[in-house]
Amino acid sequence: MPKDSGIGASPKRREDVRFLTGNGNYTDDINLHGQAYAAFARSNVANGKINSVDTSAAEAMPGVLAVFTGEDFVEVGGNPAGWYIESRDGTPMKEPKRPVLAHGKVRHVGDAYAAVIAETYEQARDAVEALEVDIDELPAVASSVAALAEGAPLVHDEIETNLCFDWGWIEDNRAATDEAIKNAPHVTTLELVNNRLVPNAMEPRASTANYNPGTGDYTLYTTSQNPHLTRLLICAFVMGIPENKLTVIAPDVGGGFGSKIYHYGEEALVLAAAKKLGRPVKWTADRSESFLTDAHGRDHVTTIELATETDGTFIAIRTSTLANVGAYLSNFSTCVPTFLHGTLMAGNYAVPNVYVNLKAVITNTAPVDAYRGAGRPEATYSIERVIDKCARELGIDPIAIRRKNFIKPDQFPYTTPVGLQYDTGDYDAVMDKLEEIGDLAGFPARRAESEANGKIRGLGINSYIEACGIAPSNLVGVLGARVGLYDAATVRVNATGTLAVMVGAHSHGQGHETAFPQVVAEMLGIDEGLIEIVHGDTSKIPFGMGTYGSRSLAVCGSAVVRATEKIIKKATKIAAHMMEASEADIEFKDGQFSVTGTDKSVAFGEVAFKAYVPHDFPAEELEPGLEETAFYDPANFTYPAGAYACEVEVDPDTGKVSIERFSAADDFGNIINPMIVDGQVHGGIGQGIGQALLEGCVYDEDGQLLSASYMDYAMPRADDLPFYAVDHSCQTPCTHNPLGVKGCGEAGAIGSPPAVVNAVVDALQSAGKDVTHIDMPLSPGRVWAAMNG
Amino acid sequence: MTKVSMTVNGTAASGEVEGRTLLSSFLREQLGLTGTHVGCDTSQCGACVVHVDGKAVKSCTMLAAEADGAEVATIEGQAAADGSLNAIQAAFQEHHGLQCGFCTPGMVMSAAALLKDNPKPSEQDVREYLEGNLCRCTGYHNIVKSIMAASGQDVSALAVE
Repeated sequence: MPKDSGIGASPKRREDVRFLTGNGNYTDDINLHGQAYAAFARSNVANGKINSVDTSAAEAMPGVLAVFTGEDFVEVGGNPAGWYIESRDGTPMKEPKRPVLAHGKVRHVGDAYAAVIAETYEQARDAVEALEVDIDELPAVASSVAALAEGAPLVHDEIETNLCFDWGWIEDNRAATDEAIKNAPHVTTLELVNNRLVPNAMEPRASTANYNPGTGDYTLYTTSQNPHLTRLLICAFVMGIPENKLTVIAPDVGGGFGSKIYHYGEEALVLAAAKKLGRPVKWTADRSESFLTDAHGRDHVTTIELATETDGTFIAIRTSTLANVGAYLSNFSTCVPTFLHGTLMAGNYAVPNVYVNLKAVITNTAPVDAYRGAGRPEATYSIERVIDKCARELGIDPIAIRRKNFIKPDQFPYTTPVGLQYDTGDYDAVMDKLEEIGDLAGFPARRAESEANGKIRGLGINSYIEACGIAPSNLVGVLGARVGLYDAATVRVNATGTLAVMVGAHSHGQGHETAFPQVVAEMLGIDEGLIEIVHGDTSKIPFGMGTYGSRSLAVCGSAVVRATEKIIKKATKIAAHMMEASEADIEFKDGQFSVTGTDKSVAFGEVAFKAYVPHDFPAEELEPGLEETAFYDPANFTYPAGAYACEVEVDPDTGKVSIERFSAADDFGNIINPMIVDGQVHGGIGQGIGQALLEGCVYDEDGQLLSASYMDYAMPRADDLPFYAVDHSCQTPCTHNPLGVKGCGEAGAIGSPPAVVNAVVDALQSAGKDVTHIDMPLSPGRVWAAMNG
Repeated sequence: MTKVSMTVNGTAASGEVEGRTLLSSFLREQLGLTGTHVGCDTSQCGACVVHVDGKAVKSCTMLAAEADGAEVATIEGQAAADGSLNAIQAAFQEHHGLQCGFCTPGMVMSAAALLKDNPKPSEQDVREYLEGNLCRCTGYHNIVKSIMAASGQDVSALAVE
């Protein structure tokens, strides 16, 4: 009998009612009295020298209230990279300034160099058209390869190079890895591109600022996954606003997938404009602006080598990657290709030698940063594609070669050569589960059936590991992080027994408002309906780091547990006082405090009331109130892992690929809400299949974005995707957080692209085609060309 | 400026609009019906779907002036007066057919139009009908399931859970 509440249950999501009835409250839904509207002038060239921006005609347009240019922000700070990386030679990474508005130069198509504030949105847009700008177009570099070529144009003249850093991980492994590869009986080499993607949260970014000249207080409503981080960046680095004078509110947010982690210049602009005009100022991106300016994802060019014994035993992995970071360093852009990518390059495997070289390259394109999976999909794709190729070269079954090299359950905790310590896992068990739910034994029959229908069928296998809940602060600090990576929760018990739980994590689709109460209700033995989650408002919640990297439950959920434990401790004291017993004799179970060995008991609600009506509390010994805060800093990352299988049919005449079956067996440790976990995996798989088959962000050589609308960028649609078979019954609980949870938000996007590509290569091989690799997206044109090349 | 009048969710509504004012802007900004969302500028995403005279329409692709005199239905008018969800809304909640909620109003309005014409759609019918509604969160699995469930079909065996 499944539970109907608490940990492990799947209650209906409480946030759904407002979203299903049109009562959501997204940033653009918020209108403040007297608000004006901002519109941005954006570069239409990828690299250019700004000679002048003449604002006079625009200022004379109807309704125009103010025009800002880069000149207005010369004195304020820049939007910083959140992670410092050192090159192999010990030199610091290059950090060009990222201004609020471009000044002197524009560096990518969409780079904003001016903004108009007007009475209406339309007037602001019209006035942007009236700006007279003189920009000399300069030669541009759009790809990482082009940017490193001899004599390539510079994106930032002052740093005298387009190479941001040249990172080795781990440099001490380099010689041994080179030697192992040189002496290995078999080496498989693969060159591949991890295609650039646009995150495409369905809600475009939006920011509305208000300023109270009487108090000096600012309020910013913005589409953010982490309002405190946004506030910190604005206050400490960009605008110099005292942190206690800025409230950042991220209300309902329509998806993030990474793209709403970062602080963007538009947020600073509306704050400055609100102060200047003494009126609220609102900006909402249209989709074209989203394509041009939201931080993009992936964009790696990699060579990977896998050295093995002839029986398929792994000896060494060596990779060399160029990561395009775009025109400016977005907040997490430097840690994604390094510590979220290089550290994962051992995969689920006991491979003794691993060395990663990664060059981060500045180009005339939109900034690139974390997008669902963030570094880990790139690592998984490289490893799992080269393993597949190796298996084929050695004539070993793709599942068998993975099983042969899996880290075994008795090897945990397992320290990899690339610096991670995996705490727990059972990769064979997950693979067993995949074989079962995917009915892999039935594949030959399905292949025969496809063949009878004139289609070519292929099966692709993938096994992934990821690192979630990036931590701990003391380690990431040593590695270059400029922030801590804890999270926080405050549990406030009201006098009448209801609870408000203020959390640092932000929910924008993940269902925290439903799942977090399940944890607290389980611990306190009370009805979930009594518990309200408060998030997204820096004036209400403790300082938390927000939602990304599948961290919400593992990190913030752990803070919720710790704060609730403190509540129980304090409530136990009060209960002891109420029943005139010793604290040591109080037992707490199912919402009741009882005195051991007696029939005396008081309910949690009675204790709550007493906490706020403390007429007889001994003042020196017992404080009134029942409210506790906990900050939780994890001891380690968590390590979700899984095995995925994809079956495709390829149309031999057109090269069109259709996904016929998709199965995912994941180990997320303990599960709080299975329904939500299923949904997270579904969504991740949808995005992963999108990357594998459909999506490609394309800049031409001159840095023009060719895929800047939904007419040009192929988003996965309902008829591109199948139903998925997902399972998370294999559970090796995380050993170091109190819930034993690992995180499930990104797994689908990490595990699915290699499964799809492996399946297509398998299909083509089965049809006698000598195709060992096709770069994503596997469009009909690319597949057809590979088959007929 | 032109005066437009229409019936929205059964209530008379009117306002002054510019010739270029879109129906989506009129609903959101003048009538305060912010449940209708705008997710793109090329009529692709479908977050703005409403019904105009009984037909599903992308309200970002129709001028407010074109809806003069029309009967318009939006997400705000779908639940019963007492707040209880209609069959489609209830199925979306039951089957976790939404995550961030941004595409949801358009999905529900499109689903209503589909089920009106095709009361028992197949999986393929639903997937093809939803071509004009983008969702980035769900991978569509639970949306398709929700719509089939709302049509009264047994969805328990649609995929391994």
